[in-house]
Amino acid sequence: MAGLSILLVLLATGALLLGKASLSPGEVLGTLIGQGTPMAGFVIGELRLPRILTAVVVGACLGVSGSVFQSTLRNALASPDIIGITASASVVGVLSIVTFGLSGFTLSLVVIGGALVAATTMYLLAWRNGMSAYRLVLVGIGVAAICSGVVSYVLSRSDIQDAQAALVWVTGSLNNSTWKALVPVTVCAVVIMVLVGIFTRPVHTLELGDDTAAGLGVPVERTRLAIIASGVALAAVAVSIAGPLAFVALASGQVARRLLGTGNAGIAVSGFVGAALLLASDLIAQFALPTTSFPTGVVTGLVGAPFLIWLLVRSSRTGTGS
Amino acid sequence: MLAGLAVLLLVALASVMVGASNITPATVLDSILHYDSRNTEHLVIIEKRLPRTLIGIVVGVALGLAGTAAQGLTRNPIADPGLLGVSFGATLFVVLGIAFLGATALSGYVWFAFVGAALASIVVYSVASVGREGATPMKLALVGSAVSAACGSLITAIVLTDTQVLNSVRFWQVGAIAGRGYDVFWQMLPTFVVGTLLALLLGRQLNGLALGDDVARGLGQKVALTRLLGATAIVLLCGSATAAAGPIGFIGLAVPHIVRVFTGPDYRRVLALSAIVGPVMVLVCDIIGRVIAPPGELEVGIVTAFIGAPFFIALVRRRKLPAL
Repeated sequence: MAGLSILLVLLATGALLLGKASLSPGEVLGTLIGQGTPMAGFVIGELRLPRILTAVVVGACLGVSGSVFQSTLRNALASPDIIGITASASVVGVLSIVTFGLSGFTLSLVVIGGALVAATTMYLLAWRNGMSAYRLVLVGIGVAAICSGVVSYVLSRSDIQDAQAALVWVTGSLNNSTWKALVPVTVCAVVIMVLVGIFTRPVHTLELGDDTAAGLGVPVERTRLAIIASGVALAAVAVSIAGPLAFVALASGQVARRLLGTGNAGIAVSGFVGAALLLASDLIAQFALPTTSFPTGVVTGLVGAPFLIWLLVRSSRTGTGS
Repeated sequence: MLAGLAVLLLVALASVMVGASNITPATVLDSILHYDSRNTEHLVIIEKRLPRTLIGIVVGVALGLAGTAAQGLTRNPIADPGLLGVSFGATLFVVLGIAFLGATALSGYVWFAFVGAALASIVVYSVASVGREGATPMKLALVGSAVSAACGSLITAIVLTDTQVLNSVRFWQVGAIAGRGYDVFWQMLPTFVVGTLLALLLGRQLNGLALGDDVARGLGQKVALTRLLGATAIVLLCGSATAAAGPIGFIGLAVPHIVRVFTGPDYRRVLALSAIVGPVMVLVCDIIGRVIAPPGELEVGIVTAFIGAPFFIALVRRRKLPAL
């Protein structure tokens, strides 16, 4: 965890320094203390700092959400993407952009509302004389399929300009990072994460299997429900600001697990991993190619995948793999 | 099973009959027996509907079998045939083909898709095989999703920088069996046949694997060989389907679950029935796509999501779910 924190700080510093308006480290430091030129203040305060903080918060939300899903459902492929949360957010986002031309804060609100409605619908659909996590996952997959069908349809039928704008949003980007959006998001995120923190020990016990956990006094279905609800809420919050960033949730959970050595779910570590992953991806997305800058979601797969593969290969070689 | 085959035949017939202009069964028979190229209805049947139906059947069988094999191989109920990176690899190479090599015709895409599917799955399988235990289900699934994500990122990167490519790809990517001629059918047939045979023969092995690697070995199965053959079957089948029709998402995942409700967990029966339910699903969705939005059509890939998913959800709600 200490290593990750250092990495985060390094990345954040890098993000503060890099950019089209070149600022010297002295100016950056000056602005942070409160005595800088107005231009530096604008660049740091309005452009870079909110973007960095948004990356950290969104990355942490996605990381924790992914880890929560993976340990509660005991399935390495589980993540908010698979069970339809980010997919339903995509649908709402794409429809809002293409049909209603929304953007910015309004778009975020609509998306979060849509994702929560979808999550409730999925829960109700999966509820039949009680809740089963397996059924919830399958219903989620069905809903995800419907949503991706709608997105495909809209992308193939709309005007090419709209299709491009929708595609950018669906990929996920941090271009909309503003203080106005960041504050409520961070507050929500913190509240939900506290909830997750309270449930961490029962969740670790759940990993031993339902019967063992019940024997150890954990209210199995209720815990699972509460923690999945928190995971859904975190993912919805993250997606409302940055769009459905692919792979961050899945990768962070797995990377955290392997960094810690097998056994421990590492929910908190996943948050750090997610934040670092997103920050690194954002830097690469903005500055890797001198002429173009990509939406962040394009790079998350390119950064996360090789790293996860490297970890898998390393743990396989040393025999600590799965 | 026989009932299933009968349903398949009926649906196939319907697929040839139904469309923008409905054609009677008598005409269909006539066009096959006494083909008259000056008769427009005969033309429509032989040149458009028949290849479409044939490709639909083949794609359905391929995806149904590949999905069952994928879930059996990884012991993971949310695995789908794209898990070895096949769909994304195929799409990536089609995008590369369009962007850098100027591929235009649909039959051109087919070869790129094949190459991409093969390369992606080779990468996934080799990386997952590193280490003493070989390609365990968990590693296969994880490496597969990592490679898919990387391919997805590359695809988006290319497509966002070049509007032309986006324009060509977004139609291919929806997944459709319309507009493909006999050439596409023959192109995919060899790999499809090999893949189908391989998959159907693996039933007993998959049953053993489902009990866990150690038990399977204890029963005398060669686990590593089964995994290799299974992975090959998945790649051949899913690769052919994606090359012919573009990435059609939901079928490989849903068909095994639907079939299992009727057959129970024995993989020999699940595989056999998947080979029937798969094409029925594809053809039914294609037919619906033709009639639901006149004067245009909805592609199969979209309809499977809209129709298949609610049906799947209803099924999940109704029955007691057998464990994987």
